[in-house]
Parts: sequence; C-alpha cells; structure tokens
Amino acid sequence: MAKIIVVTSGKGGVGKTTTSAAIGTGLALRGFKTVIVDFDVGLRNLDLIMGCERRVVYDFVNLINGDSNLNQTLIKDKRSDMLFILPASQTRDKDALTPEGVERVLNELKETFDYIVCDSPAGIEKGAHLAMYFADEAVVVTNPEVSSVRDSDRMLGLLSSKSRRAENGEKIKEHLLLTRYNPERVENGEMLSVSDVEDILSIPLLGVIPESQAVLKASNQGVPVIMDDKSDAGQAYADAVERLLGKDMPHRFLELQKKGLLQRLFGGR
Amino acid sequence: MTADTTLDLLDNDPVFNLKGGMLTMTVVELARLSQDHFARQLAEKVEQAPNFFVDTPVVIALDKLTDRIDAAALKGLLEICRQHGLQPVALRGGESFRPLAQSAGMVLVPVGRQREKSIETPALRPEPAPVAQAPRAAPSGGGKLITEPVRSGQQVYARGGDLIVMAPVSAGAELLADGHIHVYGPLRGRALAGVQGNTEARIFCQNLEAELVSIAGHYKVAEDLRKEKQWKQAVHISLDGDSLKMTAL
Repeated sequence: MAKIIVVTSGKGGVGKTTTSAAIGTGLALRGFKTVIVDFDVGLRNLDLIMGCERRVVYDFVNLINGDSNLNQTLIKDKRSDMLFILPASQTRDKDALTPEGVERVLNELKETFDYIVCDSPAGIEKGAHLAMYFADEAVVVTNPEVSSVRDSDRMLGLLSSKSRRAENGEKIKEHLLLTRYNPERVENGEMLSVSDVEDILSIPLLGVIPESQAVLKASNQGVPVIMDDKSDAGQAYADAVERLLGKDMPHRFLELQKKGLLQRLFGGR
Repeated sequence: MTADTTLDLLDNDPVFNLKGGMLTMTVVELARLSQDHFARQLAEKVEQAPNFFVDTPVVIALDKLTDRIDAAALKGLLEICRQHGLQPVALRGGESFRPLAQSAGMVLVPVGRQREKSIETPALRPEPAPVAQAPRAAPSGGGKLITEPVRSGQQVYARGGDLIVMAPVSAGAELLADGHIHVYGPLRGRALAGVQGNTEARIFCQNLEAELVSIAGHYKVAEDLRKEKQWKQAVHISLDGDSLKMTAL
C-alpha cells in the first residue's frame, strides 16, 4: 500500500525542499519506488535541488489538466531507478491546483509507487493545504527558533483538523524534523534546544539535521544532500529515513564537538 | 392570616433588585430579503463555529434592509434562525416596524448609536470566520474534554460548562468556557473562563505560561503574568473583586 508523506512547515526557508529531496532519495536508495511531488506551483525549486531542471517538459498542472500523462510528466532520476520527480509548474499559480485533480493524480501514483513524498509550499493557503490534505504521514520541518516553531504548531493544528484523515476521524502520523541545528549556538542561548522544541510541539522527533555547509553545496550542485554520506547533514538525513521506516536509531550531532588542541591552536573549523 | 400579613409587611428584605446592565448581543443585520440565500449563508456560518450558535439570543436588524418585509417573510426568517439554534428576541429598526414586531411577538429596539461599529461578528469572538476547527472532543455532561494538543490558531469553546484540556495548549491557541478551565499540561495560549460573565469561574493549570488569562472579562496578559511568582508553576486563578488572584496549587 502506497504511503503519502507530506513535508511541510508553515514557514518558508526552513528546508522543506531539501528535506523532501533527501527523504525521497533516501527511500529510493533503500529500494522503495518513490516519487517526489513538488506542490510549490509558481515557485518551483525541487527540480533544481534534484538537478533535473533541464529535463522538465510537462509539469503537475499539465497532468491535472490532462495535457500530459504520467509517463510523459514524471522525470526519472539519474542516480536511482526507483526515484521519480513530478515537477511543479513555474508559470502558473496555486489556483491551478484543484482538489479533484490532485486526488486523481495521487491515486494514479499510488498504483505504482511505494512512497509519494509531497513537497509543500510555505504558508497555510491552498497549495500547502492540498499538499497535506491527502497525506498519511507528515514530516514537519522546523528550525530551532520561535517563529518557525509557532508556524509548525499552526501547521500541526491544521493537519489534525483540515486533512482528509482528520475528517474521517483518523490521525496523520506526525514527525518532527529539526533542521539547521547548531549546538554551539544552542549552548550560547541563541537557539532553541531540541528539548525546547520537543516540549512545545510535543510530537515524536524524526531527526536533527545539523547546520552544515554540505547542504548549500549539495543544493547548488543539484545533488540531494543525503548522497553526500561523508557530511554530517547527509548522515543525519540517512538516520531520519531509517527512523521513518521504523528503525530505532540514536540521535547524533546534538552535542557540541569539542575542538581538539590543534584545532584550537590554529583556529580551524 | 392577619399575623402573616403583618409579618410580610414588616419584611423589608427586597425580593428583587432592578439593575441596569449591558448585554452583548449578536445582531443579524439583514441587507436584502432572500430566504434561500439567508438559509444557506447562515448554515455556512453556523458550520464554522457550531458551538457558538447554540441558544444564542440575537437581534434581527431591519434598518439596513432595502427590500420591504411583511409578517410572513419575517416568520420564515425567524424559523430559519431557530432551526440553527439562534433565538431571535428582538427586532431593530425604526418605528415603522412596530406593527411587524408586535405581530411576531417580539420587542422593537431602536437603532443604536453604535451603528458605526458595524457588528458583523459576535463580540465575544472577534474573528469566528477563519477559526480552525477544534480538535476532536469527547462529549460529556455540560463540559468539554480535549485530549489532543490545542495548537496555535485553534479555538475551543465549552459553551455552558467547563473545559478540560489534557494536553499542551500552544501559544496562539485560545480556550473559552462559560465555566471553569482546567489544563493538565503547559498553558501557553489564552484562557478565558466565564466568558458569559460568570465571576465564579476559575482557571486551573499545571504550568502557567499563558499569553492571557481572563475571568468574566477581567484579564491579565503575559507581561504581567510573568511577574507573578506562580509563573511556570501549577496555579489556580480566581476573581477577587476586580482583580485576578493567583494561588499556587
């Protein structure tokens, strides 16, 4: 049975698309046939992060309007046979998405895929609502700062009241993913700690992604950061995918790395 | 018999007090006459906040109405209101509506001076329209029991009873109750007990970090609350005269 996972946050710029790309790729690398759907119509980014922007012909809106079929529209990832991308339209706006159209496309995807990862746009308007409406599970991406946490809280409220599962009296499984975590700044009191955020949102923690140069580098190269298994962020995403699949993994990268004597002497980072 | 009467005459304890009072009332201001549209639009409003409209007294304002209204049309409108739980108690409008009001057995109230306020929504809940649906509640006696976290942007109202929340209440969430409010978890949002004016209502919470607490309209905001020594503690809030009293639990 296909699972629909929405990656959402409320606030913009917290790492939804990076997370969608990483989780989608991680699932595909573990042998699940996965499609990542970009719901951010008008501000499409997923294709850039996935490095397939030059192969976009048709998009989600074309598919909804019946201008193209699934085979024409889905972009196969070059790194994995199990991974596909459904790009958003850059020239339309979110009104082009209709609930009936989205449902039809998702139902069609459900027939062939194990996981459907929906990359939600920021905000709580139509695009974000449709991205989460049909979801079975939600990954709520939050930065360790108060406005992001509050927006995520608002999003969790909507997930538990305005989704189809909620309307049918079922629950969406919620996961908290904390991104851009910097233990040094937490220690200095400039950032909320993991336990602060967990305390406010009170949902299970899927993972903590450390703030890392690797994320920016990966985005600019069009390679999902999870492919960079040398980097802390890549490893943290890999752990998060394992947890999403039900494995119990200890959380890493939460503590400040003590600088070695040489690092301290030479001020290396 | 005579003795009784004498006794009664000597008994000067008042049986009643006459008092002037202000009541907040919902006004249904009619713009035009169309029963079908009225029924549909009212149904939509009620759906957004079903709890709010149970036995709510309303005034039907006819002063803005452009169409002529007769007794039969009014009867139809009143019927629709009652179907949705509203209790029309008076008509608002000029003297010309007096016969109409009498025929419907209602009071005619003059057009108020506060017309410029243009009350479109009930005063107790300034923004009922965009309110997110409250988490599922288990029905019980007169109160309401919430077991899921109340998130930012959500509003829960226990009409005619107490509200018990067994989960965190986030900043930006709002709890309203005609009776007491109990929160078994951190209270970070707003809690308004006794919203219909019950000064005996109280608020109990395990961890006071609220943005605002209010009992019967007497409120304190976080800025003042955090000066209390019960901040972030288990606390019991009651109304003492005109001010809120915090007691450690």
